[in-house]
Amino acid sequence: MADISFAAIALALNLQLPPTIVCIPVAILCSFLIIHLSQNGKMHGDISIGVFSTGALAVGAMISSMSKRFNTDIYSYMFGSVLAIDDVDIAITITLSLIILVLFLIFYNRFFLITSDETFAKISGINVMFYNFLISFMTALTVVTGMRVVGTLLISSLTIFPALIAKKISRNFKSLVFFSVIISSICFILGMIISFSLNTPTGASIVIANILILCLVLIFEKKI
Amino acid sequence: MTNLLEVKDLTVVYKRAFKNFEAVNNVSFNVNRKDYLCVIGNNGSGKSSLMKAILGFVPISSGFVNFNIKKRDISYMPQTNGINSDFPADVREIVLSGTQKSRKRFFFYNKQDLKNAEKIFISLGLIDLKKRSFFQLSVGQQQRVLLARALINKPRIIFLDEPCSGLDESTCNQFYDILENLCKQEAASIVMISHDSSQIQRYATHVLYLNKKTLFYGSVNDWILKKQNVKCIH
Ligand SMILES: Nc1ncnc2c1ncn2[C@@H]1O[C@H](COP(=O)(O)OP(=O)(O)OP(=O)(O)O)[C@@H](O)[C@H]1O
Ligand SMILES: [Mg+2]
Repeated sequence: MADISFAAIALALNLQLPPTIVCIPVAILCSFLIIHLSQNGKMHGDISIGVFSTGALAVGAMISSMSKRFNTDIYSYMFGSVLAIDDVDIAITITLSLIILVLFLIFYNRFFLITSDETFAKISGINVMFYNFLISFMTALTVVTGMRVVGTLLISSLTIFPALIAKKISRNFKSLVFFSVIISSICFILGMIISFSLNTPTGASIVIANILILCLVLIFEKKI
Repeated sequence: MTNLLEVKDLTVVYKRAFKNFEAVNNVSFNVNRKDYLCVIGNNGSGKSSLMKAILGFVPISSGFVNFNIKKRDISYMPQTNGINSDFPADVREIVLSGTQKSRKRFFFYNKQDLKNAEKIFISLGLIDLKKRSFFQLSVGQQQRVLLARALINKPRIIFLDEPCSGLDESTCNQFYDILENLCKQEAASIVMISHDSSQIQRYATHVLYLNKKTLFYGSVNDWILKKQNVKCIH
């Protein structure tokens, strides 16, 4: 997803369009395509993601190499930069975050059922396909939202790390969600502090903060 | 309507790379209200395949399956538990997720759901476990949780694929008692795959004996008679 966004950004910068706006539809479209391919059993989910992401990365690199002018801009998208954010980005970010939050709250129980046991969800007469699309739609939105700050290269670790850490310390789904939010917020602030004080890229700093906390949790692993 | 499920000439063929494989051949039966049907047969005789085809998890090659009830009145307990291993969930969350039967209830669980959950915790002896993480439970305890999830919405027909594998005898008998209660008092129907022949004689009303094809289908009394005859001949 992130790599697809990267390709989209490269394209957008080349065409001189606002990158985020090009990204959203492209990322959503590709996420649907991935789900579609894995649902039909044509390709295994992980494999199709691999094919898409490396493919998109290649396309992105091709496009960006064709135009020399935008290389610095692309760099800031790849590694993220808080300082490069403008008002439009902020407005888009807030809107997308709200959409994701509301969708998540409304469908919280459904998501629980579908991610915990898809077969049982099917038997319960739930449209599993629809919710899978919804989940990947929300993931696409999340990626696009976080991309500006953390960068396309590291956005996937930003989405994976907090959940990974939270899983180590939570007993149930509710606390998993709760801890994920807390941990990612803490890591974000921590990363920002590191980034400002050491003058390092924001995305990388946040990921480092995540890794630090993961190490701490692994050392003091104790189920709450 | 007393007939809940009609299965006619059902054939299931798995498509494999070089050769197709027929797992179920021309099986027909009916399930009426309050029926307790036991499906028996050797390993690999197509029992699970039959059940999955009825529930729509594997495609039907020919024949038909006709439910005379709504989809939300159907419940299922699979042979291998389908919960994503390594998915953090506690017992209460899993049992409650059984209430989401195609109704518009994705926001929050309501009071009735919580009440039903409490009731089922009591009847299945899950009270002390309800806050525990599902994957820290023993296999037998997990089975009880999955049964609770399957029963919480008061299904009118419930499919169970070897629910007692991995359970000790007393828990297993408890299981059967609960199912029998459900069958008699709530007028639910049960379709169960089982290897436990003593259970069949005690609880079942009908027997379906499979080996790809139907070897026997009828009431449990006929089944017992038939078995006695076979014994006499030997
Ligand atoms: N997805 C599949 N693809 C191909 N063949 C399958 C598939 N699932 C089952 N089979 C084959 O179909 C046959 C019947 O399998 P099934 O699981 O229905 O047996 P069963 O009666 O439930 O056995 P058991 O008592 O061991 O549970 C087996 O020979 C099995 O190898
Ligand atoms: Mg089986």
